[in-house]
Order: sequence, then C-alpha cells, then structure tokens
Amino acid sequence: MAPVALAGYRALVQRALTSCAWQANRGRLLLSVFGVALGVALGVAVHLINGSAINEFTVAARTLSGDANLVVRGPLEGFDENIYPLIARLAGVDVASPALELDIRLPSRRPLHLIAVDAFRALRIQPALFGSEFRQIYALLASDAIVLSHAAAEDLGLREGSRLIAQVGTQSVPLRVIAVLPPEVTAQRVAFADIATAQWRLQRLGLLDRIDIRVAPGADTQDIAAKIAALLPPGVQVSDTDSQSRQAEGMTRAYRVNLNMLALVALFTGSFLVFATQALTILQRRGEIAILRVLGVTRGGVMRILLTESLIIGAVGSALGLVLGFALAWFAVSRFGGDLGAGYFIGMTVHLHQDPAALALYFALGVGAAVAGCVVPAWKAAASDPAPALKAANAIETTASARPHWPGLGLLAATLPLALLPPIHGLPVGGYAAVAVLLAGALWLAPAVAERLLRGLPSPRGAVALIAVQQLRGVNSQLGISISAIVVSFSLMAAMLIMIGSFRGSLEAWLRDILPADAYVRAGGAGQTGFLDAATLRTVAALPAVARIAALRIQEIRLQPGQVPVTLLARDLELANPEALPLLQAGADKLRSNLPPVWISEAAADLYGWSVGSEVNVALGGTNTRYAVAGIWRDYTRQNGTLLIERARYIAATGDTRANDVWVWLAPGHSVETLLEEVNHSLGAAGLVEVRNTASIRKTSLAVFDRTFAVTYLLEAVAVLIGLFGISVGCSSQVLARRAEFGMLRHVGVTRGQIAALLGIEGLLAGAIGITYGLVTGGAISLVLIHVINRQSFHWSMDLHVPVLALVLVSAVLVLAATGTAMASGRRAMTGQPIAAVKEDW
Amino acid sequence: MNRRRFVMLPLGMLTIAQASRNARGAPYPAVVPGRVLRFPEDEGSHPGFRIEWWYATGWLFDDAKRPLGFQITFFRNRAVDTGGNPSRFAPEQLIVAHAALSDPQRGHLLHEQQIARSGFGLADAASGITDARIGNWFLRAGGDTLRASTAGREFSLDLTLRRTQPPLLHGEQGFSRKGPGPESGSYYYTLPHLAVDGSIVTGGKAIRVSGTAWLDHEWSTAPMESQATGWDWIGINLDDGGALMAFRMRAGSGATLWSGATLRHADGRTQTFAPQQVTWTSVRQWRSTRTDATYPVAWRVAVGDLLLELEPLMDDQEQDARGSTGTVYWEGAITARSGDRIVGRGYLELTGYWRAFRL
Repeated sequence: MAPVALAGYRALVQRALTSCAWQANRGRLLLSVFGVALGVALGVAVHLINGSAINEFTVAARTLSGDANLVVRGPLEGFDENIYPLIARLAGVDVASPALELDIRLPSRRPLHLIAVDAFRALRIQPALFGSEFRQIYALLASDAIVLSHAAAEDLGLREGSRLIAQVGTQSVPLRVIAVLPPEVTAQRVAFADIATAQWRLQRLGLLDRIDIRVAPGADTQDIAAKIAALLPPGVQVSDTDSQSRQAEGMTRAYRVNLNMLALVALFTGSFLVFATQALTILQRRGEIAILRVLGVTRGGVMRILLTESLIIGAVGSALGLVLGFALAWFAVSRFGGDLGAGYFIGMTVHLHQDPAALALYFALGVGAAVAGCVVPAWKAAASDPAPALKAANAIETTASARPHWPGLGLLAATLPLALLPPIHGLPVGGYAAVAVLLAGALWLAPAVAERLLRGLPSPRGAVALIAVQQLRGVNSQLGISISAIVVSFSLMAAMLIMIGSFRGSLEAWLRDILPADAYVRAGGAGQTGFLDAATLRTVAALPAVARIAALRIQEIRLQPGQVPVTLLARDLELANPEALPLLQAGADKLRSNLPPVWISEAAADLYGWSVGSEVNVALGGTNTRYAVAGIWRDYTRQNGTLLIERARYIAATGDTRANDVWVWLAPGHSVETLLEEVNHSLGAAGLVEVRNTASIRKTSLAVFDRTFAVTYLLEAVAVLIGLFGISVGCSSQVLARRAEFGMLRHVGVTRGQIAALLGIEGLLAGAIGITYGLVTGGAISLVLIHVINRQSFHWSMDLHVPVLALVLVSAVLVLAATGTAMASGRRAMTGQPIAAVKEDW
Repeated sequence: MNRRRFVMLPLGMLTIAQASRNARGAPYPAVVPGRVLRFPEDEGSHPGFRIEWWYATGWLFDDAKRPLGFQITFFRNRAVDTGGNPSRFAPEQLIVAHAALSDPQRGHLLHEQQIARSGFGLADAASGITDARIGNWFLRAGGDTLRASTAGREFSLDLTLRRTQPPLLHGEQGFSRKGPGPESGSYYYTLPHLAVDGSIVTGGKAIRVSGTAWLDHEWSTAPMESQATGWDWIGINLDDGGALMAFRMRAGSGATLWSGATLRHADGRTQTFAPQQVTWTSVRQWRSTRTDATYPVAWRVAVGDLLLELEPLMDDQEQDARGSTGTVYWEGAITARSGDRIVGRGYLELTGYWRAFRL
C-alpha cells in the first residue's frame, strides 16, 4: 500500500474510532463537560461579583475624593473644626475642603448617607460632584436644603421640592429637596447638603468628619502631609486618598479570597471529574487504542488524540461555564448585592463589571483543568502494550499497580506544620496549603484504604453479595478512582457543613451571652443621626416598666494612620463583672497597673498584637489615654477590632453623653410591649426609637448569618451535584466495561434482577466506603477551616459544633444515590444479548 | 450711579436675595440720600448691606512701555437667609474675588476667580478699613497706599496702588441714584488716579509694571430697577488729572432708563450730570465667537460739553464667568480721545449683552 493511502486509511479509522468513543460515552463526556462548566461558572461568578463590588467602591471613592491628594479623618463622631483653618492656611495647601459625613436616620427606611460640604471649596476638588450646576450651589446654602443623588431619589420616592424627614436624636427634622442630581454624577444612594446646614440641623455643631486637601502644584505631598500631621490631635490622622480604596480592598480581601478559593475547589473537583471520566473511558477504550497503535499511530499520536478530546471537553465546558457564571453573577448581585449579603458595601448599587482578562483566565483554567485531568490516563494508555489490550479489549485492569504508601502519609504529615503557619499578608496561606496536602494525601491513600476496608469486610453468604464484594476487591484501581471522586466532592462538602455548623452554633451561644438584658431601646446605629440624649436616658430609666438600664455608645476611632478604624464601645458596666462579655481570656484581677481597663475583641488582639495586660493608647476627645487590656472577648459582629471601655470614662474624655442603645431589664410583671408603649408615650416620638426584645434580635442576627452564608450553601449544593456525577460516572463506566462479565453471568443462569442487585450492592459498598472516608477527611479539613482559615481571615474563633443530622442525611442521600445510579446503569447494560456480550471478549 | 459690578453677582443668589431680611432676622439698611460718607471709616466693609464691592481697574506699562489692562475686584454679599444658623460655617457673608489681565499680544482676557463664605479668618471683608481677602488673595489699605495681590494658575498680580487725590463722591455727596424711582440707589465713591507699581507673573515669568488705576467702592441693598436688563459704564483717568465716571441703565429694548455722570476737573471742581446731560452712541460692534454675544466696544459719549471717543485696547475683552457666577460680560481697557488727541485712559463695562442681566 502506498504510504499516502495508508495515511488516509489511518485517518479514516481514527475518525471512526473517535466518533465511536463519542457515541458510546456521550453521557460521560457530557458529565465531564458539565463538571468543568460548573467549576468555571462558580469561579467566574465569584470573580465578577467581587470585581464589580470593588470597582464600584473604587469609582465611588474616586468621585468622592476627586482631585484630593490627602484626606484628614478622625473618629466617627468627628473632630474639632478649628483644625480646618490651620490646614487651609498652610503653605503648599491649594484647597482644604471640610466635610461632615454621616448617615441620616429615616423613619422606617434604610439610613441615607449624607455628605455635607462647603460647596465653594468642594467644587474645586470634586468638580464631578459639585461643579455640574452652579446655580444649585447657591440654592444649597439655604439652611434646610438638601440635594439627592438619582439613586437616593428613586429609592425614597422623592422629587425636587419634596420634604425629607430626618430623625435627629429622637426628633424629626424636615429638610427640603432642592434638586436631584442626574444619574451620571454618581450611582450611589447619597445626599448632599451645605456643611452649615448639617452642623446645625443634624446637631453636629463645631465638628468635622473629613478635610479633603489638594496640594498646590509643585509642592511635595509627603512634606505637606507631615506638616498637617503635626497640627492634628491624637486620633485624627492624615492619609493619602488612595488608602481609602486600599482599605476597602483590605477589609473585604479575606472574604473575597475565601470565596475565590471555594470557586477554585469547585474547579478542582471538576478537573477531578474529568480525570475520573477519562481514566475510566480510556481503560474501556484500550481495544480501540490498541487498534490505532497496530495501524501505526505512534504513542505521541495516541496522546494527541486523547488530549485533543479533553481539550474539546475543556473548551466546551469552559464556554458553557462563562455563560453560566455570568448568569449566576447577575442573579446573585441583583438578589444579594455586591458583597453577597456579607454587609461590606451597604448602600451601594453594584453594576456587573466586565473584565475580559479575568474571563480569559477562567476559560484557560477550565481548559487546563480538563487537559490536566486527562494527561495521566492518556499517558498510561499510550504507554501500554497493544497486544494484550487487543486480545481483551474491554477488560479492566484488575491488578492495582502497587503504589507505595509513603507519599500519601508524607502529605498527611505535612498538614500540621502548614496549619500552624502564621497568616501571610493577612491571608491564611498556610491553611489553604494544609487543606490541599490533606486532600492530596487522602486521595493518594484512597485505594489502599478501600482495599483494607474491603478485606476487613466478612465475606457475605449470599452469592450475589459475595460476587459484589469479590468484584470490588478485584478491581481495586477502578474502585480507587470511583471512591476518590466521592472523597473529593464529599470531604469538602462535609468540611464546609461542619464549619458553618460550628459557626452557627457558636453564634447562637454568643448571642445568648452578648444580649443579657430583656429589651433593647435603640435610636440609631453608629454614625447615624439618631441617638438618645442624657435626658431621654433618664426618662427611660424612670419608666415604671424599667428595673435597670445600661447605656451604650458606639464609636469608631483610628489607632494607626491609613488603617481601618476600630469600634469603640462605651458602656455602663460593673468593673468586677462586665456583663455580656463572652470572655475568652480574663485577667482584670491580674493587672498590676492601675490603668483603666479595656476589653478587646479577638480581632483587635490579632491585628494589633495585644494580649491581656498590654497597655493601649485610646485617643478620645483629642487626647490620648492609656488603658490596660483586662480581657479578650469574642465579637462576631466586627472584623476590624472592638474595644470596650466604661461609659463614664468615655463621657469624661469626650463630654458626649449621647447613647445609641440602652439595655433594659424589665421590672417584675412588665413586658416588652408595655415598655414600648411607655417609651413611645414618654418620648412622644412613636416610630423613632426601636424597642426590641432579645429573642427578635437573636432571630434577626441568625437570619443575617444565614443570608451571608447563602452563597456558601449554593457552592455546597454544586459540590453535592458534582459528587453525584462522580458516582454516576464511576458506576456507568464500570457497568459498560463489565458487559462481558454480565453476559457470562446471565449465561450461567443469573437473572437480571440478581445482576441489578449485584450492582446495587457494589454501588452501596463503594458509596459507603467513599463517604465514610470522605467524612473522616472532611472532618480533618473542617478543623483547618475553623481553627486556621477562618480564624486568620476573620479573626474570630469558634467552637466545634458537628451538625450530625445534616451530615447523616447528606451521607444517606449520597449512598442511596450511589446505589440507585449503579442499578440504573446496570439496566442499560443488560438490554443487549448475553451471547453478543460474551463474544466481545473472545 | 449704576454700576456694573453687579455683573459678577451669581445669578443663583438672586432668588434667595428676594428676602429683604437675612440672618437672624436683621433687616438690610435702606440706602437713602443724606448720609455723610466718612473717611477712612467708610472705606471698610458695611456688612449690614446686602451687597458691596471694591473694584480696581487700570492701565499698566511694562519696561518696554507695552500697555496692559488689569482688573481686581472683591465682592461681599449678604444675600443668604441662614435662618439664624449658629454654625461657624453659616454663609452670613459670601466673598467673591475676580482678577483679569488684558494683554493685546494675547488678544483675549486672562481671568482668575475665588469664591468663599466668610469665616475662620479664611475669607473676610473688614469694617473700618479696606481689607478684603480670600485665602491668599487680598486688597488691603495701609497709610496712603493699597496693596492688591492675586495669585492664580494662569497669572498672578501683585500691585501697590498709591493715593494721589482725595475720594471722588458720586451723585448726591456719595448717594448714587440708579433709576427714576426712589427705591434704587447705592453709596458710591471713587479713588481715581492711583499710582501703580508692582509685578505680573505669567507663565512663570515675572515682569515689573507701573501705571494708573481707578478704585470704586460701592455698597447697596437695592441697586437695580426692575425694568433694567443691563448697563454701560466708564471710569476714566483724564491725562490732565481730571476724572470722569459715566453710566446708563438699559431696558430690554436697549433704551436708556437712567443715566448719570460725575466729572472732576483738573482743578478739583466737581460736576454731576442729570440723565438728559449724558448720551451714549455706539460706534462699532464686536461679536464674540465663543458666546455669539455682540458688544458695542467703541463709543461716542457726551457728558455735558465734553465729547469723548472711546476705543478699546483690544476688541476681545469678554469675561466668561459662567463657571463661577453664571454670566458673561465685557470689561476692558479703553482710551478716550477728544478729536485726534488721547485725553485719558480707563475702563468700559458692558453688561446684559449676552443675556438680560437681572439683579
């Protein structure tokens, strides 16, 4: 034969075989495609959502800071306005623009963020915000005027000329909407007012929250910053404007990285699915491959054919994943907001941000995962000797290539030191690595563990069960692959379940500790215009329904320039027994110093390196006071650190006698309802103060928790789906590969029902082994998640709460699914003639 | 007399200015004839009145005797109803400052502006003495001189203006009527023939200049009649040591609603002129390609027996203040001829040609 003709013939056979493979394995290939698609979709969705939120935040921050080079900020309650002329007069300061920034509390509405400026100065720094309509600047000088952004007007249903009722303290203050900005000015839900209006109407006389500074051309920004810093009292800091977006990024980075990790895990699972499918498919196609080899296709050629197949799987899956990911991101953003309900970007409208480079990267990751999953099986197939394969084309490799245990054991051993590593740039890199090696070690040892478990199993008496057990014992490598697929998906799912269960359990316990009173009266959150003044506190304390009260002031203070502020809680408390402190480390009694006590949250301890006994500088009212750390407590509400001090000391330092919340212990025989009536009656401000009982606060908190983890639940559901695919792929490929065996069994008189039962038992056993092993692995991973990844990412500890019921349920469902899938694929295999099936082998 | 300077007042302020009372309910003082202007006390700010300005214009020459025109203005405005706001940011007084430079080699005006609310010592107009400032811009009297400094991005002026003559009171001993009715008027005097020395910085390059300037100081509460849509104004230092101020208020039709003039002769004798003694005749128009507004930039003005031909230093002295005060007008250096002879130099102001101007 002429070489040309031979080549043509070869191509023909090749094409025929490849398309045969497609025909025979359509289901499995589709599953592989879908596995890759899901992984890519999750990655893309998480990336798009995060990117959009951060992008929106950065754009908003940039519009807000305009051409400012530097910004001066202080505590949440503001700083003395007399700093402003000092800065404005500094040589090298081109413009200094003072601002108040606070949240207007609106009765029965979300608070409205307000930025109050001297527009004549602000327009020179932020022309995009204030330069559009000069006429409005003059109208804005009227002492009750307010301008709304388009988004704010839409949300509040207000127009030019409308009245906006703001809650200030426990009073209603009417403001006049003099204009609504066009949508292109800002996408944020925000209001603008004159600084004099805000100082007066919102009761912030004498205070500023921010001074934006534009440095004169040619002046050295760092030099000016140093000169400004020298003018500032403790607790007020100057930083460059970029640090604001950096702070936002830093604040959410751990959260975002964790979500990305979950997406990568999904992609990894998808890639593992491809590996499992390809490994089994190739085992089954050994005959075809042998024919190709005999026809003269080289090993490289075989590799090329198989890798091309996986490339197509990867490309189709990734393309599908991109579309799916976009849809998912769109759904999640419109449903949960840009931070997926985590509460980082409240009040921001997020638009999906396109990022072609990242999309290309995820596409490449998907294709790469598919190809990577195929390399090992393809290489093995190409390397095998065609002669025996030709003889028993559909036979399964029955002897496990003896694999040493030590690499698996080594990987497992590496888990502990990795988990003990400190965070790197605030990220739990060691924790991620620990999970990765733990999983890899578990997978390496999976066949050996399965073998040992099966060997330990007593040989059953029934013929069918006996065959099933023997079959599984015999096809160890195959079993290993099936079980591995289950282990990968199920262990991660179990780990997440345990972690979330532990978090929720700890949160419930914490909520019991942190809310000791019977009811809580609140006029406004931190930085809002609502508050309870001293007179109101006295009124509440004197109500017949009230036995005792404790007032709480929530502040934010800055400890270091450029860092996210920490929360300062100032509360009426008894030194010896501070109520509602879920203390992890106490030490008030051990303190030698006579400094006033501060109780710090775990995050504060982690971020600032403090421990019990540490001396801490707290800047309040423009002066520094030294405090000693008397205890470390658990705070699940704030990630950036919280300090608790006695309210009396706070008042002495600041003169601020306002409170955000007051805790109420009811007098005997009174209920929360009577308290509400009395409060509304005595304050004459129905609807302005909230009165809530402890149970309802707990309920809300847990609802917020569940919403935050909604995305995690979604990822878990996907992991379950992939796990089920894994089982299904394993079963159906086994069944197909064993058609000859079933033919033989039928031939010797075994009924179809018995074969179905045989397969069912095999599925049950494989599923049970995989899931048990997955549970153990997952349990170990959950420990890393709880004690390393979570702790380092979010700076809060939690106690282990294993959600037994949920785990049992999911395990049972998966084992049943494995059994059912095995039986279902068996039915397909038995539709052919037994004789034909047997013949295939001989 | 009328005055131009209103031009610069932000249009948006007008609606707020409708109220005749402002902060803390204090009414604006009425502008009535018979008030005796006292010096130097009345050179300072009169914060009770709604509006006030110090308006310096003049001709400068560099070492090569090249002519340049300059304008430096400080406005004080008490037009906002602060409702008794105790905040130190309450916009009790707004201070606006403009600086402009006419350079024939450039062919158009250079213009800088500042606007701020008074307070914190950052922007203010003092009482009792001429001392107005915004940031590092100021106009300040000291002894027999005034110093003006405006540092801007495009150009900076730093000038010393030395008094050579006593104040020139306009109208009835400083009460300047703005229309046929009694309700509009202002207190108005001029320091003419100020001897100027100083420097101008453009493009990072400083040049020394000297010349002659004219400083108007005017304050009022109701300076414009309701039918008026703009005005024409001149202030000219005559070469013989005399000084001429003339204005007319125009209706929307272009008809003259009111006019007036003050002429101080070289010997110090001062004449004021009734509306019928002042006539304005446009000689040449110039159209701005930027705004499509057409300005009569050359004039024949008759004040009593005096007939002057006015010719601009350059045609394009249009000032676009839309970015700050929302209006466009023409304010430029002019020469005054009598026959073929140049007899004086000064400034011409044309308002209401871009759009009807309402105060």
